[in-house]
Formats: sequence, C-alpha cells, structure tokens
Amino acid sequence: MKELRLMKGNEAIAEAAIRAGVDGYFGYPITPQSEVLEYLMHERPEKRTGMVVLQAESEVAAINMVYGGSGAGKMVMTSSSSPGISLKQEGITYLAGAELPCMILNVVRAGPGLGTIQPAQSDYFQSVKGGGHGDYKLIVLAPASVQEMYNFVELSFDLAFKYRTPVLILSDGAIGQMMEKVEIGEQKVRLTDAQVKERCPWATTGKDANRERNIITSLDLDPNKQEIFNQKLQAKYKVIEENEVRFEEIQTEDAEYLFIAYGTSSRICQKSIQLAREKGIKVGLLRPITLFPYPSKRLLELSKQVKGILTVEMSAGQMIEDVKLAVECSVPVEHFGRMGGIIPSPGEVVEALEQKFL
Amino acid sequence: MTEEIIIAGFGGQGVLSMGKIMCYSGIVQGQEVMWMPSYGPEMRGGTANVTVIISDERISSPIINEFDTAIILNQQSMDKFESMVKPGGTLIYDSNGITRHPERKDINIYLVEAAAEAAKMETTKTFNMIILGGFLKIKPIVKMENVIAGLKKSLPERYHHMIPVNEKAVKRGTEIVQEVQILN
Repeated sequence: MKELRLMKGNEAIAEAAIRAGVDGYFGYPITPQSEVLEYLMHERPEKRTGMVVLQAESEVAAINMVYGGSGAGKMVMTSSSSPGISLKQEGITYLAGAELPCMILNVVRAGPGLGTIQPAQSDYFQSVKGGGHGDYKLIVLAPASVQEMYNFVELSFDLAFKYRTPVLILSDGAIGQMMEKVEIGEQKVRLTDAQVKERCPWATTGKDANRERNIITSLDLDPNKQEIFNQKLQAKYKVIEENEVRFEEIQTEDAEYLFIAYGTSSRICQKSIQLAREKGIKVGLLRPITLFPYPSKRLLELSKQVKGILTVEMSAGQMIEDVKLAVECSVPVEHFGRMGGIIPSPGEVVEALEQKFL
Repeated sequence: MTEEIIIAGFGGQGVLSMGKIMCYSGIVQGQEVMWMPSYGPEMRGGTANVTVIISDERISSPIINEFDTAIILNQQSMDKFESMVKPGGTLIYDSNGITRHPERKDINIYLVEAAAEAAKMETTKTFNMIILGGFLKIKPIVKMENVIAGLKKSLPERYHHMIPVNEKAVKRGTEIVQEVQILN
C-alpha cells in the first residue's frame, strides 16, 4: 500500500518537489505560503536528493535564480503569494520569452496591494492573461485539493519540459493551509548531467565540440526575427490548447444550471450542488483544472443543455470573461463571489443561484 | 457517514492538534479527512479554531455554514459558534471560563469538565485529549485503537513516552462527559 500522510497543501507541494527529483527551489517567505520554504528547509533535501533549497534575498532574485537554473536545463521552481508573484512578473515574462521550463506556485491571498493574508482568487487575470509584458501564456493548473497540490508538481514539470514553457500552479490560501490525506509517490532520482543534456539540447550545459553554442535570451532586436519567434510561440500555445485541456465535471448529466468554479470555489460548489439538489434545483459543476488552456469547447457544449451559468470565484469576477467568450452569449452567465479574503459559504452560493436564475 | 466538526477555543489549548489527531485516526481507518485552521492575525489575538471533516466519501467544501458538532472551549467561541450547530446537532463544551452557557433548545448539549480534570492528571496538557474522549463517547466515529495509532502518527517520536498518559486522558474524557440537554 502507498504511504498516506496528513499534510497541508504547502507541505504537499514541498514533499512532491523533493520526490519528483527537482534540482532547485528558490523562494522568499510570505504568508500564506511560507510552509513551502519551511518544509523544504526542515527536510534537508540537500541530504535526501542533493536538491538545492535557497532563501533568496528577494522575490526578484528568486525568479532570476530560476531563470539561471532553468537555462542550464535543471528542474527548478519558486513559490510565493500574490504580492510576491507580482514582483516576479518581469522574470516570468523573461522565462516565457526565453522558452525556459520551470514551475511557479502562487498561493493566492487577497489584494490589491498587500491586501490581506486570507485566501482569494483575484489573480486569475494576472495568471492567464499575461502578468508580465508581451504576447505570452503560461500553462496554468488549478488544484482543488491537497492531493492535487502534490500531484500537480510532477505534472507541471512534465508539461514545462514537454513544451519548454513556465507552468504556474494557481492555488490559494485555503488549499495551502488546509490539511488532507495525501498519497505519497515514489522517490525519483534527480537527472544526471548526461540525462539533462539529452533532455535539453538547448540548455547551457557546456559547449561540446560538435555543436554551436547555446544562447539563452529573450532579446532579438531584429523585428523580422522577433515576429517569427512570436509566431512560433503562438503556434506552441495552439498545440497546448489542443492537447492539454483538463477539467472535471460533477453531476452535469441532468444539470439545468451550471456552476463554473476552480480551486477552493469548486469545493464550495460541490457542497452547494448537494444543498441545491435537496431543494430540487438540478445544478452541476464544471471545474477547469487547466485555466490556460481553458475548457472552452466542453463549456460551449454544456451551455446548450443548461438555462443559466453561475461562475463562482473569490474575486470581483475575472474568469467569467472566459466563460462568456466560451459560450458565445448562448446562455445567461452571472457571477457570484466574495472578496477581500472572505470565502463564500455553500449556502450563499445557492442563494445567489436562486436569486439570479429562479 | 460524514461528520462536520468545529473545534474552537484559545490558542494553546490544543485545539489544532486535537483536530489533527481526529484526522489521523480517520486516515488509519481508511476515511477521507479535512483539517482547515483559522489562520492569520486572529490567532495572535488568542482564539483558535479548526474545521474537521471526517467522511466515508470525497469531502466537498472545507468552508461550511453549519456543523454536526461544535466543540467549544471559551466564551468567544460560544458566542460565535453556538448558532452554527445544525438543528439536532451536538454542542460539547467545558464550563471553565464560560459566563454564558449555551441557550439553544434544538440541539444536544454535553459538558466535559476537562480543565478541572486535567488539573488532577500528571500534566494539564492532557486537556484536549480529555475533550476528545468526551466527544468520542458521544460520537464514536473513530475507534479508540485508531485514536492511539493516530496519536503515534501525529506526535513526534520524542513525545511517544507521553502516549500512555494521553490514552488515559481520552478514557477519562469518556467517563466524565455529562448530558446537559438531550433531544428526544
């Protein structure tokens, strides 16, 4: 039988990173994600696997350490919470521009500004619409449980190296802080230098006599070349959109109304479904697991069967824009959310559904 | 079976660790568990609470409006959580420091004088285990042997010599829990 542990979401991410054979973590503490760094420091991964764990002098330094490590073909990651992720945005767009694989975790807290340390989902725009400058996308994964926090670490690195792109795990303070049962996977051995060279022929692993030197940069001053590069990036995003959409459906078979929610909100909606169905309201849930690429196609199909869609987000309503685009105005779409670190209760969500559609 | 519990009191009473032991016990017997603490500045003000859900099925929302059971260990928590017990649900409290006793007529109410009892034991740190014993007497959702297994998992090894005294405290809790108000 596999090993089961009771862990916080933040701890699960950290343990999963060690087990996945990650080479380096660079971070800076901020509530509510400090347990990632604390757990890693406590576990002494330099002894367990040789993994480097470093508390950088700032968020900006941390993300640029990720750039350096990734440029050398290593499996590297960073984590922070909203204000810290804002600081990292320059580094993130450089990573995207240099096509560097890495994992970034955002355990979202309420904003804007320093906001508060309580959970929110108000960084959706920043995550999926490009938090930094330029035409780039991140693959964005939205875990809804501690087990998914664990599982998505390895998935992130698989996708990051498959597509040479940064991958963002968009979590929030609730999933970071809550404890659930986690099934722990096998310990993977970190890649050898030879394996890194084989997986990343583009990386700065030391020039061999039989090849040109590799250059890691996001700069090309020739507009013609820069446009070709941009087209290549866009083509890559298209392939990602075709192949990597992930979502979960709950009680959609007979649904007359639909909740759309990710992460913590999707957990609340599961309870709301139970409460609404006790009242005879047939409602289901579409939970996007990837926020980019977005499950627009399936959403459009489902919109044909339902009378109304309620997006539930811990924000003023951000994902609702993608929902409206996906359903092409074929059905009314409304938003319900709480802000400022307040988590909506399942009862409130049912009330909102009744108020807006019944 | 799904049991949704709020445990609320002062920081230092062992509220969070009681929740963890419940969860570990649930894991030992193959159940799904969820532990959601209040975190943030309010902890420094003195109160601490944790939502614990133990279920045979996948657990949905970590945030809930109504609880099957509220375990209340100070007056602030009584004021905040008495109203959040489901009609027909259960409230368990310790009267130490309580100035206003529960007033609901539509719930089952039990008293566990754990603070007084803990003062008679080897260490007053057994307070939360006495409360846990009282809870398990009323709601035997996890078996006693699994609680001991849960204790072993949640306590660092250097405290394993404390397991017998904790076990004794849980048993004592089962003995001293008193019925205050039982619905028909």
